[in-house]
Parts: sequence; structure tokens; C-alpha cells
Amino acid sequence: MNDMARLQKQRLALYGWMLVAPALALMSLFAFYPAIATLWHSLFTRGTTRRPSVFAGIENYNDLFADPTFWIVVWNNLIYAGITIPVSIIFALAMALWANAHIPARSFVRSAYFTPTILPMIAAANLWLFFYTPDLGVIDQITGFFGASPTNWLGQPETALASVIMVTIWKEAGFFMIFYLAALQTIPPDLREAARIEGAGRWTYTRRVLLPLLMPTTIFVFVNAMINSVKLIDHLFILTKGGPNNASKLILYWIWEMAFAYFDSPHAAAMTILVLLTLGLVAVIQFRLVEKRTHYR
Amino acid sequence: MTAQTPFIQIKSVSRVFNGGNGVHDLSIDIPRGSFVVLLGPSGCGKSTTLRLIAGLETADQGMIAIDGKDVTNVPPSKRGLSMVFQSYALFPHLSVAENIIFGLKVRKTSKDEIKTRLTEALNVTGLQGYEERKPAELSGGQRQRVALARAIVAGHPLCLMDEPLSNLDAKLRHSVRKDIRDLQQRLGITVVYVTHDQTEAMSMADIVILMKDGRIEQAGHPADLYLKPATAFAAGFVGSPPMALMPASALPREVVPAGLDVSRLTFGIRPEDLALTTDTTTKAWGITATVNGSEFLGAETFISVAIPGTEGATARLPGRVHIAPGTQVSLSWAGAAAHWFDGEDGRRLAPTTSRQSAREPNTSIETDTAIPSL
Ligand SMILES: Nc1ncnc2c1ncn2[C@@H]1O[C@H](COP(=O)(O)OP(=O)(O)OP(=O)(O)O)[C@@H](O)[C@H]1O
Ligand SMILES: [Mg+2]
Repeated sequence: MNDMARLQKQRLALYGWMLVAPALALMSLFAFYPAIATLWHSLFTRGTTRRPSVFAGIENYNDLFADPTFWIVVWNNLIYAGITIPVSIIFALAMALWANAHIPARSFVRSAYFTPTILPMIAAANLWLFFYTPDLGVIDQITGFFGASPTNWLGQPETALASVIMVTIWKEAGFFMIFYLAALQTIPPDLREAARIEGAGRWTYTRRVLLPLLMPTTIFVFVNAMINSVKLIDHLFILTKGGPNNASKLILYWIWEMAFAYFDSPHAAAMTILVLLTLGLVAVIQFRLVEKRTHYR
Repeated sequence: MTAQTPFIQIKSVSRVFNGGNGVHDLSIDIPRGSFVVLLGPSGCGKSTTLRLIAGLETADQGMIAIDGKDVTNVPPSKRGLSMVFQSYALFPHLSVAENIIFGLKVRKTSKDEIKTRLTEALNVTGLQGYEERKPAELSGGQRQRVALARAIVAGHPLCLMDEPLSNLDAKLRHSVRKDIRDLQQRLGITVVYVTHDQTEAMSMADIVILMKDGRIEQAGHPADLYLKPATAFAAGFVGSPPMALMPASALPREVVPAGLDVSRLTFGIRPEDLALTTDTTTKAWGITATVNGSEFLGAETFISVAIPGTEGATARLPGRVHIAPGTQVSLSWAGAAAHWFDGEDGRRLAPTTSRQSAREPNTSIETDTAIPSL
């Protein structure tokens, strides 16, 4: 009997491995191996025909820290993340609450909010390129109406990053709204009625019941927004190309530049490793901190 | 405020949804401290009525007053009532204790007060030791008690319950039914309770309000509904097994009281009022029927019989009775035990006269006349 149980267990374990094997193989080939290769690559100098690449240790990393562009790009990305993440989450939540309420033309409101999401980032960027056009664009038309002089939103260091941030929020909020909307629809309407009878107003209900119940969604959305703040740079290619004077350059764009514009792959590899480390660290901290206080149904 | 003033007054209230369903021209008076059950088949408007009292639905027409105050357009939280939902509507992310004191916290009750009230509510519902659990970690019955504790903790004089027992198994339902009734008596609160289970209604209520298609079919003490159903619908709905109803034309002419039009007449008889004999010769009168089957329940036996031209009937006989299916039997009853209804609109006709001649029905229900009048 005991042997039977053990055999059964072993068989289950075998099934388990068999089930994860295909995914594991593909992951190894396309994710783990490249990550390790990148780490390896980042420890060597850049090879040319005259000077073959040699082991350099952490030399590449030291170079990065010494480069002023590194600090600009990191700072830009921090600001970019620090604004796009909370703002798009708040917008997403607000839009979801609004689109979930019993309002006329509800499905129209929902699709209107969702439209930016279905546009490719490149198309969205082109659209905003038009909005931002000095003098002719929609934004200058509006500010001009109030008497402001034309502004080169994308062309001046003071506004370039903010303009890029704007596009990202516009693009992401609608996407995150869908997750909130889905989560809101799983919350039984009884809870609201119970809260109403207990004397809770709209705000109390939102704060004491709705937000805690939406916490798992918020975590999911937060992680996605964080990854996107590093990963999503398509619009930079259309809007600013990281300029002017690195004012809107983000980390991934810089990595791309190093690797494919200046063909300096070891430094690009080193930077990539730094990004991976940071993201991993943030994810761990986040799950440790937030997970404990979240209610999963 | 005199004792005569009803605690809840509903005057010609209508709430009609798109499609014409809802409740129509409802008038109910509910005395203070009574246990009122809204009974009726699914979709008859029980929940809608309850939600109108709670303020979760707004009346299209009419007036609702609670404790002498017109609350027709007052929000739920200002009506001084609590509610137990069919799904319990417990907040899944809050512990039992937090769930119970949710309303007290919202109303900014002082910490000490919250603490004493919580302890009291936990004691009353027997939930001590479960304070820190989440609803998901409780059994159905325990969740039901949390919902109950949340409803009584605020000390509101009125508690509304929408089928609070429908998620419990039969045995638990029976004991919780008693608990709720005891609690209501002890706290002296008024309870309006919705159910579609007539046994629940009969066993708990001071007053049963039977509804059908958004209108009140009959309201009164359970015994009234049972002994003097106002309509054929009420007769068929209350009682288990239900009263047998059949067209009077299927009966021998002589059993129909004079003055009633046989062509549009429905005859009803409770299972316990049917006498059954296999001897088809001796009786002066009796209707012939064929036994379909019998159901032995321990203390009594239900014999179902087929009567030509009708949907059949059930007789309830004490103890164990053995009659083989297919046996020819003769059915009879005391004249006063018969109920007569209009064949078209179902109204009760020729109210049963004195019961002296009737064989005592073997039920323990008394005609209690000392109930609050409606
Ligand atoms: N929000 C609504 N919109 C439209 N029709 C509704 C709505 N709520 C209830 N109804 C209709 O009103 C009628 C009464 O509904 P109600 O919920 O009061 O029934 P009920 O007696 O509680 O039934 P049950 O025993 O099944 O709970 C039903 O026919 C229902 O379809
Ligand atoms: Mg209902």
C-alpha cells in the first residue's frame, strides 16, 4: 500500500516535469540562456579585428558609472517611472469606476477609454507628434486660443520628457482600466448595498471595501506598469529620439543606441544586466511588502 | 405614539420595473415587535418589497413610514434598520470582528462602545473565538451568524432578512430558524423576513404576508392562512402536502352546499381532513378513488389517490397504513372541513360555518385570535 502511494507520488512528479518541460526548454533557450550570455558578454572588452576581446572583469560597469549620460538616463527613467506608474494607475481606476457605474452610453464610454490601447505605440506616437506640432498641433491651437505663444513641446529640454510621459499615460491608462473593470465586475453588488445600509457613503465604501478588494489587481497593474516603464520605448523613436541633449532619453533607448548605433555591445550588455538586477530586486521587495497585506479571494 | 400606530406603514406602494414586473399597490401595516414573513413563489416581489422598506429601491408611488416617520425618500442608512442578505454580503477582506463592527466604525462610535457591543453580539450569536477569521474560513452556518451579528450589533429596532437560510442544509436551517426567532423575541425587535418556504413562514411568523405577482394574496396569522385561505392560491401554497384542489363538478352533487354554482366552483380539502376507507359499500356517500402510492414518514403516512376528472389528492393518515396501489377506496370528509373557492377568480366562497360537526383535524395549530390585527 505504501509502495503504491510512493509510486503514485513519483508518477505525479514525473507528470509535473513532463508538463513544464516544453515551457522550460523554450524559456531556457530564449530567456535564461540569453540572460547568462549577456552577463558573460558584459565581462569582456569590445573586440575589434585588431584587438580581440579580452576579459575585463567589472571594467565595463565602472565605465558606465563614470559616464555622465548614465546618470542622466537613470534619472530620466526614474522620473518617467515615478510619474507614469501612479498617474496611469489612478486614471485607470477612476475611469474604471466611472465606466462601471450605471451611466448612459456605458459601452461607448468604455470603448472610448480603451481605444488608445488598441493603437500600436508607433501609431499613437505619430498621433501625438501631430498634437505636439508647434503652432499647428492641437495643443498649441488650444493654448494659442488663450493667448500663449507656440511651444516646441518635443524640441526643448524642459518639456520633452513631460511630453513623452503624457503619451505613455494616455496609452496605458485605458489598458489598465480593463483589468480594473474586470475586477470590479467580480465584486458582488450586495457588498455595496450592505455598506450603504451600514451607513457608508460612496467614499467610505470605496476606501474600506472597493480598494482593498482591488488590491490584487493593483499589484498586477503596478508590476506591469513598472516593467513597461523600462520596456516601452517605441514612442521615443518617433517623438524625440531621446533628445534634445538626452533630455528624454530612457535606459532601454540608451542601451539600444549603444548596441546598435555605436556597436558597443559589452557596455550595452553591462547596462542590461544592471536593469535586470534592479527590476528583480524591486519585484522581490514589492512582493514581500505588499503580498502580506493583500487579500486574495 | 400609541400602541395602535403600526411600526411600519406601507401605503399603496408601487415599484414597477421595465417589463411590468415588480410590486403593485402594496399596503401593509406591521406592528412593533412582530415577526413578519413575506411569503410567495419565486418572482412574486418579496425581495422588491423588502428592498423598498430598506430604501435600496425607491417607490414609484405611495408612502412608506417607519416608526411614524415618513421615510419614502430617506436613504437606507437613515432609516434605522439593518439587513441580512441572502448571500450574507460579508466583506471578504475583513475579519469577523471587523465585519460586525463595520457600521459602528462608519458611524464613528466610540472605541469602548464598539468593544462592548462587539462582545455582546459575539456572545449572542455564539461566535466567540472566531473574531480573527476571514469569512472564507467559516462554514455556511457560521457566516450566516456573522451576518446576523452584524445586523444586531447596531441595535436598530428593525431587521430585514432576505432568505437568510437558503444557503444552509435542512438540519442547520431548522436550528437557525429557532435561533433567529429566539433572538428576535429576546431583543424585542421587529423582523421582516423573506422566504419562499412555507414551512419556514408557518413556523416563525406572527404574521404571514402571502404574495403573488406583486400583490398581496392574503395577510394574517399563520393559522388563518392555513384554516381560512382567502384564495385557492393561498390554499394550495400553504401546507405540506398541499391542499387538494379540484373542480366541484368531479364531486357527487349532494356534497356541494346549496347556493353554490357547481359549474364554476373549486373544492379544496386538506390531507388531514380526508377520511379514507377501503369499504366502499357502507358509507352513505363518498367519492371513489384509486390509490397511487403511499409514503410512510414514521408518525404518519401520506396516501396519494387518483380521482377521475381531477389532479388527485393526498390523504394524511396517522401511523403506518398499508394500502396496496390500485386499491379502490372511498373518500369522505366532515362537511365543515371543505373549502370552496370561486372557479374563476379563486376567491373563497361561503365561509366555513361552525366547526362542531367537523372531525377534529389532527394538526396542532390553534386559531389564535389574540394576534395584532392587520
Ligand atoms: N432590477 C430589476 N429590473 C427589472 N426587473 C426586476 C428587477 N428586480 C426584480 N425584477 C422583477 O420583479 C419581479 C419581482 O422580483 P423579486 O426579486 O422581488 O422576486 P422575489 O419574490 O424576491 O423572488 P425570489 O424568491 O426568486 O427571490 C420579478 O419578476 C423580477 O423579474
Ligand atoms: Mg428574492
